[in-house]
Amino acid sequence: MLDADFFRRWMAVTAASVDREAERLTALDSPIGDADHGSNLQRGFKAVVAALEKDAPATPGAVLTLAGRQLISTVGGASGPLYGTLLRGTGKALGDAAEVSEAQFAEALRAGVDKVMALGGAAPGDKTMIDALVPAVDALGDGFGAARTAAEQGAEATIPLQARKGRASYLGERSIGHQDPGATSSALLVAGLAEAAGE
Amino acid sequence: MKMLINVPETVVADALRGMASAFPDLAVDVENRVIVRRDAPVAGQVALVSGGGSGHEPLHGGFVGPGMLSAACPGEVFTSPVPDQMARAAAAVDSGAGVLFIVKNYTGDVLNFDMAAELAEDEGIQVAKVLVNDDVAVTDSLYTAGRRGTGATLFVEKIAGAAAAEGQPLERVEAVGRQVNENSRSFGVALSACTTPAKGSPTFDLPPGELELGIGIHGEPGRERRAMMTSGEIADFAVNAVLEDMPPHNPVLVLVNGMGATPLLELYGFNAEVQRVLAERGVSVARILVGNYVTSLDMAGASVTLCQVDEELLRLWDAPVKTPALRWGM
Repeated sequence: MLDADFFRRWMAVTAASVDREAERLTALDSPIGDADHGSNLQRGFKAVVAALEKDAPATPGAVLTLAGRQLISTVGGASGPLYGTLLRGTGKALGDAAEVSEAQFAEALRAGVDKVMALGGAAPGDKTMIDALVPAVDALGDGFGAARTAAEQGAEATIPLQARKGRASYLGERSIGHQDPGATSSALLVAGLAEAAGE
Repeated sequence: MKMLINVPETVVADALRGMASAFPDLAVDVENRVIVRRDAPVAGQVALVSGGGSGHEPLHGGFVGPGMLSAACPGEVFTSPVPDQMARAAAAVDSGAGVLFIVKNYTGDVLNFDMAAELAEDEGIQVAKVLVNDDVAVTDSLYTAGRRGTGATLFVEKIAGAAAAEGQPLERVEAVGRQVNENSRSFGVALSACTTPAKGSPTFDLPPGELELGIGIHGEPGRERRAMMTSGEIADFAVNAVLEDMPPHNPVLVLVNGMGATPLLELYGFNAEVQRVLAERGVSVARILVGNYVTSLDMAGASVTLCQVDEELLRLWDAPVKTPALRWGM
């Protein structure tokens, strides 16, 4: 079973990996975006960690809902509302249980991903964070490690795609050949699950 | 790349502190990143709130004042502001007549302003929105994020602001804003990429001897790269791209806009070429504005925006305005 501590750990290890990978995310965002994805997420997850220390929410749902609200209030750009909605949507779907099973979490994360697709209008294959998140959710039944692998493969599979959503879409065919920064950061978020679980 | 800054992290806050001291008619909340005209809320008037990533100065903060915006919300460089900023701005400027959000069509801006509208409506504020999407370089289809908002933002903010200043109701101010956007088209070119403070090096590599056609205002590359052209050739290309998309039936407002690093000497010369092309194409010109208004940090280059106006829109364009970057008649 997964408790509030697990989800706090998830946010903390994700904040640390976003810190480590910030330059890489920004570098990926340069040729097809505007070179700020790393610094924006750094600012957001730093605020998430600070808010979780201050408020110490007691349930998994409350941890993720608070984290999502913090991202919406601090990140800006498209990433803020999209990542914020992912965590907030997942948190709300978890309800107020003190502990949740991995299967319950997988179901809630799918609800969160659905909310992101509804908000941003992206589908799989549009070269967005969805291309990492949907395969990860599909693989969650086989454990966090499998989800991590699926998300990383999904992010790499965005390289030959032409962007149809977000700022990269303005480039048309010139967006082909670059890995999507949003799919890459989504893979970091999913990898954080495995790390928080000690896998 | 050398920059006149302290550290990248404080660029936006430093600029806001500088604006606060330079423009006493503005109330600048540096911590919450909201710029409000000091006399807001103005009784009986619809309030206009805009915002977007920083790096496009004087847009939007430089357009706050009587006859134009009531408030502006600057985000991080090239990053849309967060919903809390616009909700705070709306609460500060609403007189009870409602608030019009003017939103450039970028995924981030649209999402954050939508969330802000929900927050403001929860507080009992009536909110309407005008989306600006004037950039003809982007193919508009269901499978892209749609056309970008660029130079027409200035026309929408000025003309809708004049309608609000006359005491017109929210649905009318919104309709005027939409009409201006629908009547406007833009095309931009870059002679150099720009450098964001956080990255410290150019956002894309543009070799000497080449230019980028169809750029946006975020340092993103354009649609096509060609060997460097003369000012006259660029004017032909840009104006024709606009006219192909919008054959004008009415006189036009012309904005010849610098991207940030192109000297006015070059911009004035470019305007002469733009006017030559418009004359050759038989387009009647009502007013011309030349300068750096919707910029992209230190990018070299220019954009051309045309806005078709009837007598009413031209009257609202000519109405008095008093902001840091645009002022006449008062």
